[in-house]
Amino acid sequence: MPDPDRPDRGTSVAGPGPRSLMGLGVSPGRSAGPLIRMAGPPALPAPRAVADPAAEVATIAKALEAVVTDLRRRAGETTDATAAEILDALAMMADDPMLREEAEQHVHDGHDAPHALDTAFTRHRETLAALGGYLAERAADLDDLRHRAVAAALGLPMPGVPSPGHPYVLVAEDLSPADTAGLGGEVRALVTSLGGPTSHTAILARGRGLPAVVACVGILDVPDGTVVSVDGGTGEIGLGLTPEAAAEVVDGDRLERERLAASGGPGRTADDHPVKLLLNIGSAADLRPNCEGVGLFRTEFLFLDRRQAPGFEEQVAAYAEVFAATGHVVVRTLDAGTDKPLPFLGLPAEPNPALGVRGLRVDRVLPAVLDTQLDAIAEAARVTGTAPWVMAPMVTTVAEAAGFAGRARSRGITRVGVMVEVPAAALQARELLAEVDFLSIGTNDLSQYTFAADRQHSGLADLLDPRQPALLRLIAMCAEAGRAAGKPVGVCGEAAGDPLLAPILVGLGVTSLSMAAVRVPAVRDELARHTLDECRRLAGG
Amino acid sequence: MAQRTVTVASASGLHARPAKLFVQEAVRLGVPVRIRAGERTVPATSMLGVLSLGAVQGTEVTLESDAPGAGEALDTLAALLSRDLDAGEALDA
Repeated sequence: MPDPDRPDRGTSVAGPGPRSLMGLGVSPGRSAGPLIRMAGPPALPAPRAVADPAAEVATIAKALEAVVTDLRRRAGETTDATAAEILDALAMMADDPMLREEAEQHVHDGHDAPHALDTAFTRHRETLAALGGYLAERAADLDDLRHRAVAAALGLPMPGVPSPGHPYVLVAEDLSPADTAGLGGEVRALVTSLGGPTSHTAILARGRGLPAVVACVGILDVPDGTVVSVDGGTGEIGLGLTPEAAAEVVDGDRLERERLAASGGPGRTADDHPVKLLLNIGSAADLRPNCEGVGLFRTEFLFLDRRQAPGFEEQVAAYAEVFAATGHVVVRTLDAGTDKPLPFLGLPAEPNPALGVRGLRVDRVLPAVLDTQLDAIAEAARVTGTAPWVMAPMVTTVAEAAGFAGRARSRGITRVGVMVEVPAAALQARELLAEVDFLSIGTNDLSQYTFAADRQHSGLADLLDPRQPALLRLIAMCAEAGRAAGKPVGVCGEAAGDPLLAPILVGLGVTSLSMAAVRVPAVRDELARHTLDECRRLAGG
Repeated sequence: MAQRTVTVASASGLHARPAKLFVQEAVRLGVPVRIRAGERTVPATSMLGVLSLGAVQGTEVTLESDAPGAGEALDTLAALLSRDLDAGEALDA
């Protein structure tokens, strides 16, 4: 559909510009403020004649020192151990004596400091790239360090997340884990030109409750300092606001969050049709008081960094902590694979991990892992006197579901279910429900496999939009099978936490929605605005 | 010239975390040491140099130093390389 408001990339900003841009809203909430683009790689000016080599050498030392200091500071500030290790390793590369000596040598050969640094970094980059494999990936690190060092030598702002000393809307092509590690409290909202609903930017923003819009074509052409509004629900970016209008947006969002935070109680439609609003958790630390229960307990989060398989006793303790704290818990057995590695499983690399041995399929090669886990879940249930529901990830066939259900029930687990993440499972929802007690739809993977679109692919965000009719139809098939069997069918993917999608899912017949705790208030509020009949009409039924 | 020849024991080779630990130790010791793998010789304090050796698990490397009394430093670094520096630690990204 042509959009007269959308500029072609690269057109001049002279004349009346667009009033708004559209992207994909991935983290709800509204905000406004001056836009600041994340500084890109510095452009090298034309070489200049070197009058004072000693001054150039001093500039090189200062630039490298600035890069090292900045990386070490960020390593010290982050709470993410992996990010800290990466930043430390980068600092060591920037601190390399060989690199500095080479840059100094280039000065003595007549080059100015920025060019000397550029040449030295480029040579090391080429050396690593030529070695291939892991080291070739480190070549990108050297590009990043080169940009930082050259910017420092030119007196330009360091590439990366800016800290201007006032609130702003951060705009970038996409954010890397290294960028997000440095994201401070001045950032009011995020807008990226690339990225999808399951990109790193989106997940980070939702975790922090920051409004975010991704896949916003044209946002990089908007000049720095333009005051913009961001609606992380609808994906609309308003351009060129007055300071008064911006303040109004910020105030409105604050009032809205206060109103939502004050609301409570179980999820229901306007006509009191109950819809359980459950939490996605990785451990007992993610639980919230007064929640209706847990719809997705991701057990693999307890063991992500282990080199040894977690023992029976340790698993019992971790599960019992969650079971004891809340009434209703749906436990998902370990969801891992070569795309989502658990070191202790020791799975060999695969050419196509998303289509390989992952989820329940790991049981084909390592059956003892699931046996131990089911034993531990049953024991934790016994110790706490609770009856957790248990489900398996990445189930594809009815036989897999039946096999899993048999093993769980033989241990006294009474409510057994499977996740629907593969179209083959959705197409057989009725047959699956003849074997198990409930279904839980994982919309992120179901999108990926239905649309043949990598969920991390930044250029395919439209295919991964949970409003895609083909995805909604598969969800409807599952819900219909559940209604016929009188068994619950929930959604626990990102779609479940989208307030605009929640009424549609309920209209399709979904009986529970499971999401990150921060998303519950907005979903509860939106559901309460619609009767069940309205939900059905929204769903096209 | 003092020398020690040792086989890289770390599962991930002399990359990532093991390379970082090795270079940190070389910097800490403060004795000029070179590390050689095949035709390539680099200072042990150079992260980029050590990475560029491309040493994997099982690669034989030689540590050498002309500094007087470097034996102890060479022993320390050789002992480090002959341990699996990945073991018992979180995987490097």
